[in-house]
Amino acid sequence: MTTPAIDPTPSCSLLELGHDDGRVFSMADYQGPVPRWCSGCGDHSVLSATQRLLAAEQLKPEATVFVSGIGCSSRFPHYMKTYGFHGIHGRALPVATGIKLTRPELKVFTVMGDGDCVSIGAGHWVHATRYNVDMVALLLDNNIYGLTKKQTSPTTPQGYASNTQPRGSYLPALNPLEATLGITNASFVAQTAEWLPPHLYATLEAAYRHRGFAFVRVLQRCPHFTPDMYGEVVKDPGRVELLVHENGIFAPELDRMVEHKIPHDPADLDGARRLAEPAAAIRLGLFFRDETHPRYEETRSLPRLTAREKTALLGEEFDRHAV
Amino acid sequence: MATKLGTVTPVGSTGETSQKVCIHRTSDHSVEVVSDSGEGAQKCGQIFGAVSAKMGNGVWTVEIIPAEVEPPPRIPAGASGIRIRLGDRPVTNWGDETDLVVAFNDQALLGRHRLHGLAKNATVLLENMWATHDDPNIRAQWMAAMEELSEGDYRIIEVPMEEQCLSVVENPRRGKNMFALGLLSWVFDRDLERTREQIAEAFRHKSEEVYRRNAELLDLGYAWAGEHLDFRYDIPTMQADRPMVVMNGNQAIALGGIAAGMELAAMYPITPATSASHHLGEIFERFGGVLHQAEDEIAAAGVAIGASYSGRVAFTITSGPGLALKTEFLGLAVMAEIPLVVIDVQRGGPSTGLPTKVEQSDLLAAMFGQPGDAPKIVLAPATIEECFQVMITARRLAEAFRMVVIVLTDANLATGVAPFPRPDPDVEWLGGPPDMRAVPKDLRPYDWDPATGLSRRFIPGQPGGMHTVTGLAHDEASRVVYDSESNERSQTMRSRKLAALQSSLLPPSPYPDPEEEKGDLLVVGWGSTRGAIEEAVDRARADGLNASSIHLSFLSPLPPGLGEIFRRYRDVMTVEINYSDKNGDPFVTPENRRRGQLSWLLRAQTLVDVDCWTRVLGEPLRPGAIHRAIRDKLSGRGDER
Repeated sequence: MTTPAIDPTPSCSLLELGHDDGRVFSMADYQGPVPRWCSGCGDHSVLSATQRLLAAEQLKPEATVFVSGIGCSSRFPHYMKTYGFHGIHGRALPVATGIKLTRPELKVFTVMGDGDCVSIGAGHWVHATRYNVDMVALLLDNNIYGLTKKQTSPTTPQGYASNTQPRGSYLPALNPLEATLGITNASFVAQTAEWLPPHLYATLEAAYRHRGFAFVRVLQRCPHFTPDMYGEVVKDPGRVELLVHENGIFAPELDRMVEHKIPHDPADLDGARRLAEPAAAIRLGLFFRDETHPRYEETRSLPRLTAREKTALLGEEFDRHAV
Repeated sequence: MATKLGTVTPVGSTGETSQKVCIHRTSDHSVEVVSDSGEGAQKCGQIFGAVSAKMGNGVWTVEIIPAEVEPPPRIPAGASGIRIRLGDRPVTNWGDETDLVVAFNDQALLGRHRLHGLAKNATVLLENMWATHDDPNIRAQWMAAMEELSEGDYRIIEVPMEEQCLSVVENPRRGKNMFALGLLSWVFDRDLERTREQIAEAFRHKSEEVYRRNAELLDLGYAWAGEHLDFRYDIPTMQADRPMVVMNGNQAIALGGIAAGMELAAMYPITPATSASHHLGEIFERFGGVLHQAEDEIAAAGVAIGASYSGRVAFTITSGPGLALKTEFLGLAVMAEIPLVVIDVQRGGPSTGLPTKVEQSDLLAAMFGQPGDAPKIVLAPATIEECFQVMITARRLAEAFRMVVIVLTDANLATGVAPFPRPDPDVEWLGGPPDMRAVPKDLRPYDWDPATGLSRRFIPGQPGGMHTVTGLAHDEASRVVYDSESNERSQTMRSRKLAALQSSLLPPSPYPDPEEEKGDLLVVGWGSTRGAIEEAVDRARADGLNASSIHLSFLSPLPPGLGEIFRRYRDVMTVEINYSDKNGDPFVTPENRRRGQLSWLLRAQTLVDVDCWTRVLGEPLRPGAIHRAIRDKLSGRGDER
């Protein structure tokens, strides 16, 4: 049998991933090739904020993995200088779950569009929330299918015309926040907007620091297909309501700008569910956080056996089947 | 027992003691235990088979499983049970017809009769409570069944199972199986101490009281048989010259996965694959392994791919419908060159098909299931022992070639139980930890070796190896590219890995004479049919026919030299458990005939006119049927209805 030319003397440095090795990372250390998103696309804003966060947290590029599905936003990992997994439509979360189950020491970010997360991959979204694997899960929600050129998405507002529903979307839009808050073991649910970078950054930071499945819906505009989607709101901060609390998300720059504030303790699940219901204003902030839920990769974590222990145990198994 | 039918021997009801016991010495004997679902016939047969194996008989068991959890009682289609074939040497398949049946009711027996499962003159030990049942309909069914069964010339012996069991348990539905085990233990002179040990093992999760009652029922059945039956069978045992183990194919898959050093298996429940996961569920954690039951088949593939990507090759276990759902993910693993082991325990298809029955009809789906060109390795173990070994091979190939390896077993192997030499666990099987050193400068994630297509895999955590794997067309650096040249080059490199692997394989050897230069007919098989095919070849040769066989374990790539071997024979014919049009069917011509899946493949690859003989009866192939097919082919007849 032909074997590939791989050096046969591996050294296991898995445990060294968390160690401080004296390297200092700047934003440039996380920046990959120039993004090929349209100018004015909200994805740029999320990418910059994420790179800034990684530099602030000094994450090792080799110990960080960005996992995505398919769609405009799923090109995200290509523009990072970390490990990346650009998979198939709707299936980013199972891959991310497999990575964390195997290598819990890796920092995992999952980037999905609305088609990915709440349409074709909706089943995985429900269950990933319940598994509560420690990762940041970003839903980059521009309310439309952009890459395939303007088809209705589950989050497209009712009546909004697209190429597949030219007389307007027939159904009320699916509300990802309400849905996530209804799932057993939901542990972190936040909403932010790409046009408010300070809030976006503060939200990403809170999500990263959360121990568990941190679900963040980022409201976005698509410059081609939904440029007018948040038109009024972008121009008028008066149309935004900020959820505020000492345990919530705080962005000082925005605090001065936005007038409407709703005090909300992120420990209050019932309150969070009420606030997630459709309203005239757009509500941003931390809806819910609960770090008491067990994380699946910890629940399933087991001591690692040596090769000799394994073969000895295997021998015992054969004894059970002995003739 | 008053009955008008002469075939019924009313031994049980008279209470007389058999004066003279006739002991039949035989080298080959098949036994069935059949009942309604939920009456434990399979447990009875499994224990009987395990004890027989431990005593030194060759054993092969096949479960007869209805598709419903609890079909209505007393219907022929609901027959649930097990066939155990015993021999004085290793047994490689389930054989032809059954010689002795223990039936818990007349309708289950009728079901087996109608499927031509019973030998002419078979002996039947039949529960007789139905003959005198309070319900006149049941009594009428019994009479009608006796009428129909009289076609078979069976020797039917009535046994008052219910009546006997009531002395030990209140609900004989949960106990008749151990009484039946007692009957068989007397008839075949089984070692009762070993049988009790096996009962204790089978009920190890139950209370001591459950064990005690079952052991008591065993003794009761044994004593009843001793008092009332006038025949016993003596199948000589042989003492194995090395330690042996006995298990079913799904257990062997599970243990093989562990022995191969895999630490994560992701699955979604699907018949007939699930019992492999049950076994993993029981033992995997002790090895530090995780059995992840995903939300669906797709997620199971995704989790396994995520785990493999992270450095430890993982596996996913499924059956046909699940393989269909995993299709897109497997294409991604091919494209991104992520190693992955996929077990497909094949069942009857298409669609939901025959969930509990055997078929070999996923071969082409395994090879060509992905849109686009998706070269994968496809392996098919032929025995339960190979189910264990194939996992170690599969993991190694997956990792060395950065490829998806699909292992095709089937319902026959999954539930079949046979002894094999005890593997001697080797640390080498486990594979080392992933190489996590920094990636040398200038090395790229797909630096394909132009000769072999092989490249070194970078694993998250390796400094300097950062890149994004993608299902889009990509170049050596994993950059998304759209140019023609890169697309052509990357597809070539992914395909070349199969050619490189094939160059390292040995050509198969004909059975029974590996040196055979030429012959009249070469039968080609794959997967679980090897034992039946080789037994049929033996019988054909005993008839003076010049037939041989080869059996393929590598289906992608196929082993080298097939065309050359085929040309040494006048005729070549595959034998498979999948659908093919038959010669003489309306509108069917040699040009439009839809053939057995392996035959289709072999014709395309070798340009030899490879014929096929295939059946989709929802049961393993019988050597006798293959024997007839060989005879027909050699006498110039093809596969006809």
